[in-house]
Amino acid sequence: MSYTNQRVAYGNTLVELGRENPDIVVLDADLGGSTMGKMFEQAYPKRHYEMGIAEANMTSVAAGLAQTGKIPFTNSFAVFAGGRAYDQIRQTIAIGKLNVKICGSSAGLSDFGDGATHQSVEDMAIMRAIPNMTVLCPADANETVEAVKAMVEMDGPCYIRLNRNDYPNVTEEGRKFQVGEPTLMKEGTDVAVFATGYMVNLAMRAAEELEGEISVKVVNVSTIKPMNTEAILELVKDCKAVVTAEEHSVVGGLGSAISEVLRKECKPIEYVGVNDTFGCSAHNYQDVLNYHGLTKEHIVETIREMNR
Amino acid sequence: MGHNKELIEDLEKKAKQLRRDVVISIGVGVAGHIGGSNSAADIVTALYFYKMKHDPKNPHMEDRDRFLLSKGHVAILQYAALAEAGYFPVEDLKKTKDIGSYLQGHPDVIKTPGIEAGTGSLGQGLSIGLGMALGLETNKIDRKVYVLLGDGELAEGQVWEAAMAAGAYKAENLVAIVDKNNLQAQGKIVERMDSNPIIPKWESFGWRVIECDGHDMEAILTALDAADEKTGKPTVIIANTVKGKGVSFAENAVGYHNGALTEETYRQALEELE
Repeated sequence: MSYTNQRVAYGNTLVELGRENPDIVVLDADLGGSTMGKMFEQAYPKRHYEMGIAEANMTSVAAGLAQTGKIPFTNSFAVFAGGRAYDQIRQTIAIGKLNVKICGSSAGLSDFGDGATHQSVEDMAIMRAIPNMTVLCPADANETVEAVKAMVEMDGPCYIRLNRNDYPNVTEEGRKFQVGEPTLMKEGTDVAVFATGYMVNLAMRAAEELEGEISVKVVNVSTIKPMNTEAILELVKDCKAVVTAEEHSVVGGLGSAISEVLRKECKPIEYVGVNDTFGCSAHNYQDVLNYHGLTKEHIVETIREMNR
Repeated sequence: MGHNKELIEDLEKKAKQLRRDVVISIGVGVAGHIGGSNSAADIVTALYFYKMKHDPKNPHMEDRDRFLLSKGHVAILQYAALAEAGYFPVEDLKKTKDIGSYLQGHPDVIKTPGIEAGTGSLGQGLSIGLGMALGLETNKIDRKVYVLLGDGELAEGQVWEAAMAAGAYKAENLVAIVDKNNLQAQGKIVERMDSNPIIPKWESFGWRVIECDGHDMEAILTALDAADEKTGKPTVIIANTVKGKGVSFAENAVGYHNGALTEETYRQALEELE
């Protein structure tokens, strides 16, 4: 079954996995209709916990559930799941390496209407800074399905960030998700673009547009942590410059993570991301992306600049 | 009513031993949480040596009661109980806070046998306990989760998120115990952040409230036994205590929330706990 929305892919995959695995439980903080936790609630009402509008409590309750052998998924908007419940994640779940899965839904700017309060431009930075935490940011709905399966298979804390909106898939349906493995989407020898989330889609389109002009390599980095140092070093070897693209602040996210890996490589790096500002309200997703320069055109321009 | 006199005496002796262990593990010249350890020592003794089903040789035994020290800063008290129960050697208590020690300043679920979850960022233990209580219920394990909170800790909003949720879920296998010693780190609770009145707050969140003298062993056991009765509600025991109890100079003394002992006060404390 193919989906074009990460939230829908997430909700359906949990229902599917829950059929085989009775330990999977899902917690929502009155946003189940949006996180798609409602699908699990409908399928398995006794294994879904409505925790009310109380993300801190929800997250610590999940820690307790994990300690009785459950595999809890906590759902909320990314800004709350990873931000409001930061301390609960850090103190009990991450220090204790508890098997809690945290879903940051409507991440990045994808909740375009609600504005800065509900848009998460720093969730990857926060989660990435926590020891023991795995951080996933799948490119599309297809990859979300597989990433959720991988989350259940792995033991330990994991954060996944999902987009609210529909957009076409760029990854192959049914391709097994390997935590920590970047995916080479397109070969190229001039500039390497490392992208995550929806930006993989835009990076692919940018590379297409530059076909015949610049040889662009596109890499989908859907595991933000642990960052696969060896793989990234290998992928940049034949390129002279690097561009990163993320729907997240340029502080602390994918750009920072790639820079950390390449710190001894003497290769120029440029970031496409949110420039250390909060998001803002818009009437549609495209408008807020345009406003923050998260566009195919901006990626094209940045690649050209770096190819000089 | 009325527990065996010998049992009560044994437990009182054990509680005194835990207080001694606490003093010894704090040692001389370095700050340690003697005040809040001593106020909770009788409650913790009653849990580990009377009430809870647990097995030091098999800390992960499925059919066990669980204890969470939400006021995690008195980890040394829990370590004393775990050591005296046989989870690890009593001599190791002196290694608390040593670099690389399995006995950290706050409970660590990975490093220390008998710890159920990391706690100490205050206000979170009751939520963790609720998660365990819900998990045990669906696993059909008829055991309890006991969570010890401080009364200063009640200022943390998450306590009331958990209280509301536990009430709503009618988590009757969850027992909160408030170590009501009336002091917080910076002074008297009534002067710093008054959490009173406590009882109507819990009642209004759907809890059954039991009040007891937190230093009267008979009263503690009676309260814990009463909490076994299934009422369709979570239970909170408000234990009225004295911070620093058992060491005269530390009793009701704000300075011994996290205070250091001198050679002299160390000796005096141990003498008083003979």
